[in-house]
Order: sequence, then C-alpha cells, then structure tokens
Amino acid sequence: MYKIAVVGDRDSVLGFQALGLSVFPVETAEEARRVIHATAKEAYAIIYLTEQLGTQLKDLLAQYEKELAPAVILIPGKEGSLGIGMEKITETVERAVGADILA
Amino acid sequence: MPSVTVNATRMELTRLKNRLKTAVRGHKLLKDKRDELMKQFLESVRENRTLRRRVEEGLMRAHGSFTVASALMSPEGLEQALLYPKQRVELDMTTRNIMSVPVPMYTFRTKECKGKELYPYGFAMTSCEIDGAVEALSSVFQDMLKLAQVEKTSQLLAQEIEKTRRRVNALEYVMIPRMQESIKYIRMKLEENERNNIVRLMKVKDMLLAEALEEKRRQDQKIVQHL
Repeated sequence: MYKIAVVGDRDSVLGFQALGLSVFPVETAEEARRVIHATAKEAYAIIYLTEQLGTQLKDLLAQYEKELAPAVILIPGKEGSLGIGMEKITETVERAVGADILA
Repeated sequence: MPSVTVNATRMELTRLKNRLKTAVRGHKLLKDKRDELMKQFLESVRENRTLRRRVEEGLMRAHGSFTVASALMSPEGLEQALLYPKQRVELDMTTRNIMSVPVPMYTFRTKECKGKELYPYGFAMTSCEIDGAVEALSSVFQDMLKLAQVEKTSQLLAQEIEKTRRRVNALEYVMIPRMQESIKYIRMKLEENERNNIVRLMKVKDMLLAEALEEKRRQDQKIVQHL
C-alpha cells in the first residue's frame, strides 16, 4: 500500500491534510530536500511539491524523473502558479522530439 | 579504406554480411519502436497539458478560499480543524507496459471513518470559507492523481524515446555505413587477389610455352645436324 506526500510551505499544504494525505510543512529548500529523500525511501508513490520550492530543487527533480516511483509532481503554492509545471512539460517534449512541437 | 582494419578474407566477409543483416533488421525494429513510442508520448503529453491546466486552476481556487479562511481564523484554530482527517487515502500502484517501458498506474481508495462527510471539524468553531477550500481540494484531487500518473508516464516515455533515437541514429549513421564500407573493401581486395592470380597463371603459362618451344627448337636442330 502506497502513500501520498505533500511538501511545501505551511499555508499551501495544510488543506491537503483534510483529504488524508501525508503533509510535510517545510520552510526552506534544504528542508524540503531532506524530506523528499526520506519519503522517497518509504512507501510514497507520489510526492506533490510546491513550485516555489521546486525552482530551488531542480537537480532533485531531475534525479527522481528517471525513477518509476516516486513521482515528484509540482503544484502551485499559495502565491500562485509560476508556470514551471508547464515549462517542465515543454522541456520533456523538447527532450523527446528535439523541438517543442505542441506550442 | 575502412576506418577499422579488417582481414580481407572470405570468412570475414561472411561474418560481416551476417552482422550487417542483423544491424539492418535491428534498425528497422528500433525505428518502429521509436515511432510508436512517439505516438504514445504525444498522446500523453497532450493529456498532461490539459490536466495540469485544470489542476492548477482548481488549486488556485482552493488556495483562494484557504487564504480567506486563514484570515478569518486563528492559525492555531485552522490547524486544529484540519489536524485530524476523517478519511484516509490509500494508493495502489500497478505498472503498465508501453512498448516495454513500465509506467505507473494509480488507483486510490478513500477510507472514511464515519459518515459520508468530508469535513473533519465541527462547524461551530470554523469559518465557512474553509469548507469551500476543502471541497475544492477534494474535487481537484482526482485530477491531481491522474496528473501524477500522466506526467510520470510522459517523463519515462521521453527518456525511452531519447535512448531509442540515439540507438537508431548510431545504427543508421555509424554502424551500418561502417560495415558496408568494410564489406566493400574486402570485396575489392578479394577481386584484386583474383586478378593477381590470373595474371600470375598467364605469366607461368607463357613461360612454360616458351620453354617448350625452346626445347622443340633444340630437338629440331639436333635432327637437322644428324642429317
């Protein structure tokens, strides 16, 4: 049985607690990195990470991109969407096709 | 001249021909794999885009209500209200095989403790904004799960496509031309040897003929002298 983790600043992630997900409020990117590494070792199949933290953890995202589990998925935090999630999709397309053909 | 030195023998030629046949076949298969992967990938990317747009919109709505709720309630109260969830989410992950790339499939079950209600708090102490926030979150959650699945799938597919494309190109532009060159080189070398041989035989035949003629002439002279 797998679990779902939500990592981000307190205000952005608190609501997910009501849904029954595991919530990890963190303050800094380094803290988030530690939490993600720890959760990845456990039975977490999906880790939702706020975009605000995701910008500072690009290497971490690249690392987990290669693995089957966990899936580290960016979600907009309370400050709003930074468009990084969309950018990531474009990046993936460019990587596979060589050019962004869906733009 | 081929870039790799090869022995110009018939055996080497047969070996290279077999290898070339395998390489051409492999190239064709890999190309087909790449095309099919690309098709699947584009499908999943398209879905990924629409899902992400929907999730981001939904989450922004939830965050909006949440911000209002946190303005109306004390931080402690807010946390207290959400601290003990009424439902638990259990996630099941199975893998699906797309062109020998394992991709995850998620199914989830929620376990409600009691009642059908989603809200883990009493209504007396909380602001009504928080209800909206929680409801918005729970409605977007299904899409979030699907987003995770689709996004992971497209990431894994992209990697496989990159790998396959590199292999196809290596075969097409390096391995196969190199082998063809080697085969051509061996063929030419063998033909050259053949010609060498013919020339040598002709030379030997001439020499033998000349010798025989000389012998005949000497014999004739002897006979003439006897007479």
